[in-house]
Amino acid sequence: MTSRDAILATVRANQPAPVPVPGIPLFERTSRPLLEEFEETLTRMGGKFAPALAGGGLDGLVRSLFPDAAVICSATPEVRGTRALDIGADPAELADVDVGVVRAAFGVAETGSVWLSEAELKVNALAYLAQHLVVLLDPTRIVGNLHQAYRDARFKTARYAVLVTGPSATADIEGVLIHGAQGVRSLTVALVPL
Amino acid sequence: MKPIDHAEASSHFIEAKAHLEFHDRRLWDLRVKRDREAHGIPEWEELRNLASAIKEHTLSHLADYLEEFEAQAKSNGAQVHWARDASEHNQIVYDILSAHRAKTLVKSKSMLTEECDMRPFLETRGVKVIETDLGERIQQLDDEPPSHIVVPAVHKLRGDVAEVFARTIGTEPGNNDAHYLAEAMRRNTRPYFLGAEAGMTGANFAIAETGSFVVCTNEGNADLGANVPKLHIACIGIEKIIPKIEHLAVFIRMLSRSALGSPITQYTSHFRAPRPGTELHIVLVDNGRSQRLGMKDFWHSLKCIRCGACMNTCPVYRRSGGLSYGATYSGPIGIIIDPAFDIRKYSNLPYASTLNGSCTNVCPVKINIHEQIYKWRQVMAERNQLPLVKKEAIRIIGKVMSEPRLYRAAISATGLAIEHLPRFAVYNWLNPWGRQREVPEPPKQSFRTWYIENRRRQ
Amino acid sequence: MRVGLFIPCYVDAFFPDVGIATLQLLERLGIDVIYPLDQTCCGQPMANAGCQKDAAGAEALFVANFQEFETIVTPSGSCADHVREHLDAIPQTPEVDRVRRGTYELVEFLHDVIKVDEFPWAEFPHQVGLHNACTTLRKLRTASASEIDEPLFSKPLDLLRKVRGIEFVTPSRPDECCGFGGTFSVFEEPVSAKMGYDKVADHHRAGAEYIVSADMSCLMHQKGCAERLGLDIRFIHIAQVLNGSRG
Repeated sequence: MTSRDAILATVRANQPAPVPVPGIPLFERTSRPLLEEFEETLTRMGGKFAPALAGGGLDGLVRSLFPDAAVICSATPEVRGTRALDIGADPAELADVDVGVVRAAFGVAETGSVWLSEAELKVNALAYLAQHLVVLLDPTRIVGNLHQAYRDARFKTARYAVLVTGPSATADIEGVLIHGAQGVRSLTVALVPL
Repeated sequence: MKPIDHAEASSHFIEAKAHLEFHDRRLWDLRVKRDREAHGIPEWEELRNLASAIKEHTLSHLADYLEEFEAQAKSNGAQVHWARDASEHNQIVYDILSAHRAKTLVKSKSMLTEECDMRPFLETRGVKVIETDLGERIQQLDDEPPSHIVVPAVHKLRGDVAEVFARTIGTEPGNNDAHYLAEAMRRNTRPYFLGAEAGMTGANFAIAETGSFVVCTNEGNADLGANVPKLHIACIGIEKIIPKIEHLAVFIRMLSRSALGSPITQYTSHFRAPRPGTELHIVLVDNGRSQRLGMKDFWHSLKCIRCGACMNTCPVYRRSGGLSYGATYSGPIGIIIDPAFDIRKYSNLPYASTLNGSCTNVCPVKINIHEQIYKWRQVMAERNQLPLVKKEAIRIIGKVMSEPRLYRAAISATGLAIEHLPRFAVYNWLNPWGRQREVPEPPKQSFRTWYIENRRRQ
Repeated sequence: MRVGLFIPCYVDAFFPDVGIATLQLLERLGIDVIYPLDQTCCGQPMANAGCQKDAAGAEALFVANFQEFETIVTPSGSCADHVREHLDAIPQTPEVDRVRRGTYELVEFLHDVIKVDEFPWAEFPHQVGLHNACTTLRKLRTASASEIDEPLFSKPLDLLRKVRGIEFVTPSRPDECCGFGGTFSVFEEPVSAKMGYDKVADHHRAGAEYIVSADMSCLMHQKGCAERLGLDIRFIHIAQVLNGSRG
């Protein structure tokens, strides 16, 4: 008998009496403007917001946020960066990227999260190997809470999907909050309509 | 083999005053933050009910959901393995690694791999295993198990971390600035992410509908380990299954709020299929879970989502530390899980509790923890697992309490003893109560005597 | 109304004033109070250790002493909870069932059954920290628990607010366990004592002159800790305050 069969047989024999599955409400709250809630929560989680776009376009905006960056790598055609993102290359080659730029599919007001998948990232590791991440987000593409977020059909089709909420963080050393534990040191959202 | 002596271990923990004070204060702070989040969501108690019901439904149909998960995962291009127990899990992982000639494995936090004692198994076979969660890495470098399932090094102060890092990764001795130490670890770990042949994660949730699984971290270390190497191994306990994507919302809303008092972890990552040109292996692990499923009084412990809220609120845990429980799972959830692994080794754990019930109240999936602790005590007594001294003491008290004259004699003897014996005779090693507390003063008369003199009808 | 009075062993032996205050208070409220003379214990210490066989004798004796009463009152939340929710080391006959369902903790009884709305004889001009024992709080639910997202309520506070002159202070951890836990206080003495020390220090820092509780077991442990610490704080049962003790 394979392990699989042995495990399933024991599970079947021991399963408790059936309990019905509950229906899940959407818990929608319409009281507060979504963008305002999103901004407040993401800030609380350590994220930043870029100032409004001035002259110089998006490349200029990224430059102004990170004037010392040598390597800027963008997964979105809206920003050129300094180096093209080679989708076929070994992800490890992104190790020297100072700033990664992506456009999120949508944001979640309840948590301050942005949604990214391989479609938005092109190379998944970009959002983790870069020292800093800039995320373009259309301010009209913010849903209220996670119940609404999880209705997105792309959760069922994306190979990899991530809700990113602020920069990499840890408080494992005596409770002191650190940004840039293993992933990006900072995350900046630029509210730019698609 | 002697049972774990939690009380003895706790006395050492308490003696280290600065460590105790930080440990208690830090975890209580997480509890307070958790409360703030819970009270900030009007539907919090409803979410707990939903989370509990989803888990109970799933566990009562677990075999079907496991099969659905496997079928979906396979059609997504993942490979699915099944491990009956810890040693089978370790062998499967090793076989996958050696088939890929993987010599270095970067891994994110997984209590399951601790449970299976995987690291030494792999290391003796020539695989270098790098923990990448900061707390886990600190513990790995210090050759000590994690003490808390969410904040593994919470029992250490920054000076301890500085000492470990200076000894093992070459930081400046005596520099105990947390930012400096964290940056040193970042730089030390980055080459491993870039060069490792394999990455390993656990999973917080596995969704039957899609064959996908979710990993929640704050560091992004799981995402690095899963997205840089060409091989991703995910070890998942069979109780982690939930039916549908829509159910995830309930759990993701509750997990980080319960664990750390933040609305969500920095990274909530959903893995469904391998990146083109890479491999994804899922190892589904039983290791006693299917047995526990059949335990009428204890199967609800399988609902656990590993948030650690029970540990943070437990006044005993905060003052004794996770290592004093001598098991991978400590605190309240540990007390109700561990005896199922080894009833003799963990026979004292159910008594490391005041049955105050706070754990049950904070559990996001409404596990009746304190009731299960009570039940385990009955099991221990029935299976003769009580230490002789305790067993005898209870037997004698029980006898005294079942006979009115014996009871009255005992009361007056105790009163006389306390009143007349010299202090050293009352306060000595035979009297644990008196080590750090005063014994109550005996009154002039018992209540019963007063009642007879003042009220009894003739 | 006629009630059977159950006085826990440690109250009988060490704190008879609590029993006396309970009896006098109930009589003042017009209740006919009977104390069965052969009572001993409800069985809780043995049952909490998991030793059902050793609890059976005490539980049977409890039922034998109280089966003639429709209502049983006790100034102890943990005993009342044990009788209502456990007391199952003995066969569950109709008598046992009746005794279990008829047992009340004192605050429950005053608040929910008698619905007392004044204590004109009571005055307690002191700063008081209220301690709710965990069983009384989370199992008998005599007050809201800080972990649960629910409206605030407190039966003991409702009663104590009717006492002239009383002022309340709140410790920083209002419902953290004090560490008594029955046999825990002996078998896990290091943690138990530390929890007790922390509890009394917390109340003391908040400015409490007295810690008041509906459970003398917790107070016995806290008092022992405070005395060893040399802390200037006193302990009194809610029955004594409501019965008119001035402190």
